[in-house]
Amino acid sequence: MGLFKKGVILAICCAVVLAACDPDKPEPLPEVSFETPSNFPPPVYDLAANPVTPAGFALGRDLFYDGLLSRDGSISCGFCHQQTAGFTQHGHDLSHGIDDRLTMRNALPIQNLAWEREFFWDGGVFHLDLFAIQPIENENEMGEQMPSVLEKLRRHATYPAMFTAAFGTPEITTDRFLKALSQFQLMCISSNSKYDKYVRNEGATLDAAELAGLQTFRQKCASCHEGELFTDHSYRNNGLPVANPDDTGRHRITLNDEHRYQFKVPSLRNVEVTRPYMHDGRFRNLEAVLDFYASGVADSPTLDPVLKAEGRRGIELTATEKSNIIAFLHTLTDRDFLSKKELSEFH
Amino acid sequence: MQLNQFKSILFLALIAVFFAGCNKEEFKAGDKGSIVVEFDNVAGSQDLQLNTGNYTNAAGESFNISLFQYYISNIKLQTEDGDEYIVPQKESYFLIQEHKDHTHSVVLNDIPAGNYNSVSFVIGVDSLRNTMAPSERTGVLDVAAYTGEENMYWAWNSGYIFVKTEGISPQAPVGTDGQRKFRYHVGGYGGYSSATINNIKSKSLSFGSEVAKVRKDATPEVHLTVDILKLFNGSTNISVATNPTVHFAPFSVNIANNYVNMFEFDHVHN
Repeated sequence: MGLFKKGVILAICCAVVLAACDPDKPEPLPEVSFETPSNFPPPVYDLAANPVTPAGFALGRDLFYDGLLSRDGSISCGFCHQQTAGFTQHGHDLSHGIDDRLTMRNALPIQNLAWEREFFWDGGVFHLDLFAIQPIENENEMGEQMPSVLEKLRRHATYPAMFTAAFGTPEITTDRFLKALSQFQLMCISSNSKYDKYVRNEGATLDAAELAGLQTFRQKCASCHEGELFTDHSYRNNGLPVANPDDTGRHRITLNDEHRYQFKVPSLRNVEVTRPYMHDGRFRNLEAVLDFYASGVADSPTLDPVLKAEGRRGIELTATEKSNIIAFLHTLTDRDFLSKKELSEFH
Repeated sequence: MQLNQFKSILFLALIAVFFAGCNKEEFKAGDKGSIVVEFDNVAGSQDLQLNTGNYTNAAGESFNISLFQYYISNIKLQTEDGDEYIVPQKESYFLIQEHKDHTHSVVLNDIPAGNYNSVSFVIGVDSLRNTMAPSERTGVLDVAAYTGEENMYWAWNSGYIFVKTEGISPQAPVGTDGQRKFRYHVGGYGGYSSATINNIKSKSLSFGSEVAKVRKDATPEVHLTVDILKLFNGSTNISVATNPTVHFAPFSVNIANNYVNMFEFDHVHN
């Protein structure tokens, strides 16, 4: 190869490297659009009021992974909602936030939120666009104030341009900030587990244990963990012995004594990777959860009626049924979702 | 007909025409003007003085007030003829903050000219607005409008605080911050999917024999007083020693039942 050719190749290589590093050149926008998986019900979220766009999604993703949303810059949404753990805080019973403070509860997954009517373990917030204010302003989570977040964004080098790309003008308002965050979260759709591919006849098969587990699950668990989202979105007292009397769950929101110690029935999608379990993360693995339902359910005035039917407390489960249910629950793990590059901090 | 009789009738007729003419000259159908409703916060017979004023409640406790603010919304005005003007709902939200003088006067524009003799409003924020998306919450309702002690939005149990007051009393217990503070943050619009406390209060105030004359070129001022002592004293006498902190809790209903009586008509400037 002549010197000239080498020079040309070198020049091209440099150009490629420089283009890749050029800070002024915006990264290409991800190709995203919201689609309802064929085995899901219609979404609850009003997508017409906040249509997901590539620019809005990219802005929401940057906000989700930016510590700027917290008082001292240390805690992003992604800090407690890690993608590989189904957007929960891996290994923490109670999630911890700013200044290493503990919160009252275990972080819930960010997944399939377009199908949620209410948010948090107690359902205290009823619109996805209002959801992020709570962790931002909670003194144990991000410890920041909304007006301060908006001010930081307005002074930021790149956010005003991203707001322009997403919403047409650079104004950074409460509404736009929250809508962008919602757009990212709306796209956190988990619908490609082995189970999904099985029910959609996409070639996946369940083995004998998984099928037996599915059957037992439908008999004994699906009255609460109902449908393709594996939750009926209700609040129930599942008989956990009270560990923190101050956390009365749904009762904190309604002040209705009948709601004492009721918590949201969580989805079981990606349950394999979202341990530990329950609102306070008291169970380290699924075996402990099923052992609890079989023999640990505590009676109380608000214990859910389905857990004390026919004179028996809890759910009757044999050892085989338990292991089959766990085998089935593992088919709800969605590796595509857990590793999807567009949803990652390092996209 | 005798001349004298004729003269008397003519005289009366002239008087009638004169008064009728006066009224007609004052405004025409379609005229619009403005009205100012002033919320003057007081403590009993005195003007409310933040931090420096010392007050005593019916429980015999002495205290001062460091913060006092509340939402007024859904304002309606009634004329002496029985017509009602409803301020367009989106423009009918106001936060009165004692420490910000410019918030004390609510200016309402585009009001049909007329003689108004009563006003009604909601103390707090109606339930529908409490359940709307952030795009429908602008101005004083913007959930990021206020920070720190001024904040009027509960993020964890989504809803507005309607009335908020804080202060110091030697009878209040020492808090974790070392201060003897009381904090009353009253809200609760009835709940989104499950019923809960509803502290939305409506108030209607007559101007007695006075009228506020809204004209194209005349803006009357309706002066209301808001007596903070009535938040403490009423059907339940609130004790800062017994209940130093009341937020979203059943007891807040007692405070709301008291504060609905804070508002009184005082006078009109035409």
